[in-house]
Amino acid sequence: MRALCWVGGDGLAVREVPEPRLRNTQDAIVRVSRSATCGADLPLLSPGDAGLGVGDVLGHEFLGEVVEVGPEVRRHRVGDRVVVCSVVSCGRCWYCRRGLYSCCDNGGSTEPMVAEPPWGEPAGGCYGHPRSAGGFAGSHAEYVRVPYADVGAFPVPDAVSDDRAVFASDAAPTGWLGADLGGVGPGDVVAVWGAGAVGQLTALAALLRGAERVIVVDRHDERLRMAERDIGVETLHYGRTDIPAELRERTGGRGPDVCVEAAGAGDGGTEARGFGQRLLGGARPTGSSLAVREAVHACRKGGTVAVLGAGPGFVDAFPLGAVLHKGLTVRGARQHGQRYIPMLLKLMARDEIRAERLATHRLPLEEGPRGYALFRERADGCVRVVFSPQERAG
Amino acid sequence: MGRNTRTGIMIVVAASGVAAGRALVGAGRRHSRRSVTATGAGRWQVVTVNRPPAEVLPGGLWPEPLRRLDGAVEVQVGTAPGARGTELAARLRADGPPLPGLAAHLLGDDPALLVRRALRQVKQLAETGEVLRADVGPPDRPGDGGGFLPEVP
Ligand SMILES: NC(=O)c1ccc[n+]([C@@H]2O[C@H](COP(=O)([O-])OP(=O)(O)OC[C@H]3O[C@@H](n4cnc5c(N)ncnc54)[C@H](O)[C@@H]3O)[C@@H](O)[C@H]2O)c1
Ligand SMILES: [Zn+2]
Ligand SMILES: [Zn+2]
Repeated sequence: MRALCWVGGDGLAVREVPEPRLRNTQDAIVRVSRSATCGADLPLLSPGDAGLGVGDVLGHEFLGEVVEVGPEVRRHRVGDRVVVCSVVSCGRCWYCRRGLYSCCDNGGSTEPMVAEPPWGEPAGGCYGHPRSAGGFAGSHAEYVRVPYADVGAFPVPDAVSDDRAVFASDAAPTGWLGADLGGVGPGDVVAVWGAGAVGQLTALAALLRGAERVIVVDRHDERLRMAERDIGVETLHYGRTDIPAELRERTGGRGPDVCVEAAGAGDGGTEARGFGQRLLGGARPTGSSLAVREAVHACRKGGTVAVLGAGPGFVDAFPLGAVLHKGLTVRGARQHGQRYIPMLLKLMARDEIRAERLATHRLPLEEGPRGYALFRERADGCVRVVFSPQERAG
Repeated sequence: MGRNTRTGIMIVVAASGVAAGRALVGAGRRHSRRSVTATGAGRWQVVTVNRPPAEVLPGGLWPEPLRRLDGAVEVQVGTAPGARGTELAARLRADGPPLPGLAAHLLGDDPALLVRRALRQVKQLAETGEVLRADVGPPDRPGDGGGFLPEVP
């Protein structure tokens, strides 16, 4: 089958790779109809990140049709149209039972040598990520294997199109998580750093949960205009504005109740992703780490800062004193999609989340390298590229 | 229970099955005749399994793949606090036989990894019924892990 593979450096190529096979009794094989780029892919492609192996297939946000199920799969049948959570979780460990699916003990690698070095504990897996995330091939391919299919795959209601539902795989649950971590509710003022798909869906989640005002921060005018036009939120350009000062002014001198960081890798810089890289230097704070620092400074006393960015590993010069003196709560998580996806699909069916507008570019798989170039450069107003692996370029 | 007991009653279990009968409080695990390093041989490796002890050690027997390390490790099992299931601990015996041949060769001087891997697999089997396998990697990359223990079918 054809798949979009990492071929070293920042190189990508469409290659012929073997089709996936069932490897566990709870697996399903899904024929991929939509698979989206994500800000979390970009750090994997930055030079010096040794996480992926040459030939690994990228992609983790996808939707498709079940074509094969293992003998222990109970909830899905061949022919079902499903959206699959990007995080692989078992559904039965202590963490999963508490809804902390991305903290799953069993969804990542079982190898202590592989699973534990990044952060000391095994965590939920992810498609198209390094082996520490379980070694599951990515979804930018004609077919993908879905472990724990009963836990991670969700039937898509007929009323929801493929183009909309693919966002229920990752970007929408991550946005909802950001609002949920902040406990956003009626009357809140919420600021969101990053106007990518995740940031925009965070802003929408905040509004749907009753926030009174939502302010989105970024430096890409097209993305800011999109957030104003499609979601109806206020925006700030961080290249042209003193963000903490402007936020204080707009919030009666208090600061936002909830600040969510949904900033990807910043433009031009690299974050230290591992201890070695941090020691060796060569990394300087960008995107997420600058945004979190700003959020801590801006947030009102007793407020919450939610961290969503998966990029940075280590951040120094962190304003820890502000966390103490302002009584802040700082929370972070990879998305617990299994907790939110059924509810998000209902909101999508009711047209309350019209996420397909974020798919600014729809391309066949063959155009994968060009798609990632557009996405990385934010060229041509690109917010998300969505590939259709069953369509041939022509 | 005293202030120092972390984990309630720990039972030392023999591989032959029946609990060896000597009930220890959790703190008992702290004492070791070996020198203790971060992952070293003297330290107990522990996992918490979200199932009751009777399911983790059915009939009091060591579950696979721990059973394959019979003689080489000692095992303790106890109830985790807060209805978290079972705390299952294992460490290499100071007086145990050498590790099974290939494993010893692969592990070099960090045999604690073998114990950790076995515990993780016991946990996965008890919680989910199987050991999760990685996809077969591209030709340039090996597939499933280092294979410290033969895969549980
Ligand atoms: N927690 C999770 O489970 C999860 C899931 C998906 C994505 N993510 C993360 O969410 C982040 C956003 O994802 P995306 O797909 O929308 O990424 P994206 O790359 O499309 O967008 C990120 C946006 O952040 C902006 N930005 C960078 N630095 C900023 C700063 N200092 N202040 C304000 N804005 C800034 C960029 O200009 C860009 O528009 C990424 O870091 C990604 O890794 C996390
Ligand atoms: Zn993603
Ligand atoms: Zn789990």
